[in-house]
Amino acid sequence: MVVFDKPKSLADVPLHYCPGCTHGIIHRLVAETIDELGIEGKTIGVAPVGCSVLAYNYFNCDMVEAAHGRAPAVATGLKRSDPDNHIVFTYQGDGDLASIGMAETVHSAARNENITIIFVNNAIYGMTGGQMAPTSLPGQVTQTSPYGRDTDHCGFPVKVSEMLSQLDGAGYIERVAVNNVKNVRNAKKAIKKAFQNQIDKKGFSLIEVVSTCPTNWGMTPEKALEWVEEKMIPYYPLGVYKDRDAENKGE
Amino acid sequence: MAEKVLMKGNEAIAEAAILAGCRHYFGYPITPQTEIAAYMAKKMPKIGGCFLQAESEVAAINMVYGVAGTGKRVMTSSSSPGISLKAEGLSYLAGSDLPSLVVNVQRGGPGLGGIQPSQSDYFQATKGGGHGDFKMIVLAPSSVQEMADLTIKGFDLAEKYRMTSMILADGTMGQMMEPVSLEEVKVNEYDKSWAVTGTKCERKKNIINSLSLVPEELEKLNFARFERYKAIEENEVMYEEYMMDDAEICIAAFGIAARVAKNAINAARKEGVKAGLIRPITLWPFPNEAFRKAADKVDCFISVELSMGQMIEDIRLASECKKPVYLCNRVGGMIPSPELVLESIKAHCKGGTK
Repeated sequence: MVVFDKPKSLADVPLHYCPGCTHGIIHRLVAETIDELGIEGKTIGVAPVGCSVLAYNYFNCDMVEAAHGRAPAVATGLKRSDPDNHIVFTYQGDGDLASIGMAETVHSAARNENITIIFVNNAIYGMTGGQMAPTSLPGQVTQTSPYGRDTDHCGFPVKVSEMLSQLDGAGYIERVAVNNVKNVRNAKKAIKKAFQNQIDKKGFSLIEVVSTCPTNWGMTPEKALEWVEEKMIPYYPLGVYKDRDAENKGE
Repeated sequence: MAEKVLMKGNEAIAEAAILAGCRHYFGYPITPQTEIAAYMAKKMPKIGGCFLQAESEVAAINMVYGVAGTGKRVMTSSSSPGISLKAEGLSYLAGSDLPSLVVNVQRGGPGLGGIQPSQSDYFQATKGGGHGDFKMIVLAPSSVQEMADLTIKGFDLAEKYRMTSMILADGTMGQMMEPVSLEEVKVNEYDKSWAVTGTKCERKKNIINSLSLVPEELEKLNFARFERYKAIEENEVMYEEYMMDDAEICIAAFGIAARVAKNAINAARKEGVKAGLIRPITLWPFPNEAFRKAADKVDCFISVELSMGQMIEDIRLASECKKPVYLCNRVGGMIPSPELVLESIKAHCKGGTK
C-alpha cells in the first residue's frame, strides 16, 4: 500500500530550488490541493518573475508566465474569460507581489476577483541574488542593505495580509508558515480553503506563506527555519486576517 | 449593403469589435479615446461580454494577455501616454505569440503633451513599441468607416498570425462623426490548440510563456517569428493610390493627413500641378513596393505628417533615396491645412509653380 506519493499535479522533474528553500513544500501543498479537489483539468496557474519563475514547468496543469508583478491582472483575464470553468491561481514572491505588482495585488483584492493567490514571503529577492525586499525586516542585511535595513532611510516592511484585510473586496486572507510540521499542516488547510472558496465563487483569497531563503540569508537550512520562528513570525504573525464567509455567518 | 448610421470614430471601433466577436475589453480612461470604453461599458453586459475598467494601462494590457492566452478575441484602447505604459505588455504578447487588438487614438506629445490629434507615435507603433525584436500589424484608418473595417480586419490578422494588431488613429479620427455601414462579420476560424483553457484531463498541458533561457532556442524562436513577419510583408500590405497614374509629385500621408492631402492635390491639379497620393493603410507592413515604383516616375515626395517627420524615414528607405523626400508637417495637436500642403506642393514641384 502506498502511504506517501508525489501529487499528480506536480510534474516529475527535478526542482531548481536551493537546498532548504521552502518553495518545494509550498508547491507540493498546492499540487496536493489541486489533486484532492479534482480540479486539475480546470486549473490555470500563473507563474511570477522571481525564484518561482519556472513554476510553469512544475505544475501539471495549464500555465501562464506573467510579466513581473502582473500575475493578478493576467489571472483576472484568465478568470474573466470563462468564470464558470476556469480555476485560476497565481504563485508570487514578495518582490513580485508586494513591490512591483502592488497595484495589481491591491486592485484584484478590491475587485474581489474570484482567484486564489499564493504569496510566498521570504523577505528577500532570491533570484537576483539577495536584494532588499518590501518585506525585508528592519535591520536585515541584504546585498542592497549591506548595513542592515535602515528604516529612517528606506522605511518599513509591508505587512500584506494586514493591509489587504482592510479592503471590503478581499474575501479570505490568511498568513501561514511552513517551518515545522504543525505549520505545514495549517498551511495546507489554508491553501485548500483558498481554492475551495474559488470553486464556491466566494471571491478573492490570498494565502501568505512565510518562507525561507537560506542561500541569500546566509544560513544553513536548519538555522533558516529557526530564523523564521524567532524573527519572521513575530513581525509577521500567523493567523486568519479576513474571512468574509465566517463574518457573514457571525463566527 | 447595411443601412448607414452616423457614428463617432471611437464608437465605430467599439461596435465593429463586438461584431467581430470580441467579448472582452479592458481599459483605463484617457482622452481622446474614452468613448470606446464608455460604449463597451454599456454594450458588453447586455451581450454576455466583459467590460472591466482596469487600475492602470499596465493592468489592462495584462488582462488582455490573460484572455488572449485562452484564445478568445480581446482588446484594449488608449491614447499615446497610455500606450507607453502598455509597451511592456505589448512585448510580452509578442514574446508569447498571442493575438490581440490594441487601439491608439494618438494625441500630441511627448510626455503628457496635449489632447489634440497627433501622429507622433508612428515610430513607437511601427518599430516595435516595446523591448526586443518584434512587430505589430499597424493599421491606419482615414475615415470612420475604416475605423470599423480595420478593427474587424485587425482581429482577423491578429489571430491569423498570432500577434498584436494596432489601430493607429488620432484624435480627429476618434472624435469625428461620419456615416458608417456595419454588416455582419464572418469570423474565420484559426487553430487555437495552444490556448490555456484547462486541460480537461484530455490533453497535455499548455504553457503561455515568453521566457527562454537557452540562447540557441531563443534565437530559433526569433527567427521563426520573423519568418512569419516576412509572410505578412508579402501578403498583407494595404495602401490607396490617388491620382498617381500621371503624378509628377507624390504626397505620402495616412489618417487625417491623407484627407487634407487629397484636398490639396485637387487644388494643385486645378493649377496644373500633377500631384498624386500614396496613402499607406498598413503602416507595418509598409507599402515599400508602391514607393519604390513611384520613385521611378515622380520628381519628388512630400510626406505630410502630424509629427516631426517619422514616416518620412520609411519613404526614404522604400524609395531608396532615388528622389528627394520633403516634409510638410504640423505638430503638438495642430493639423496641416490644405493650403499649407498646397504651398508645399507648389514649392517642390519641378521649377516651382507651373
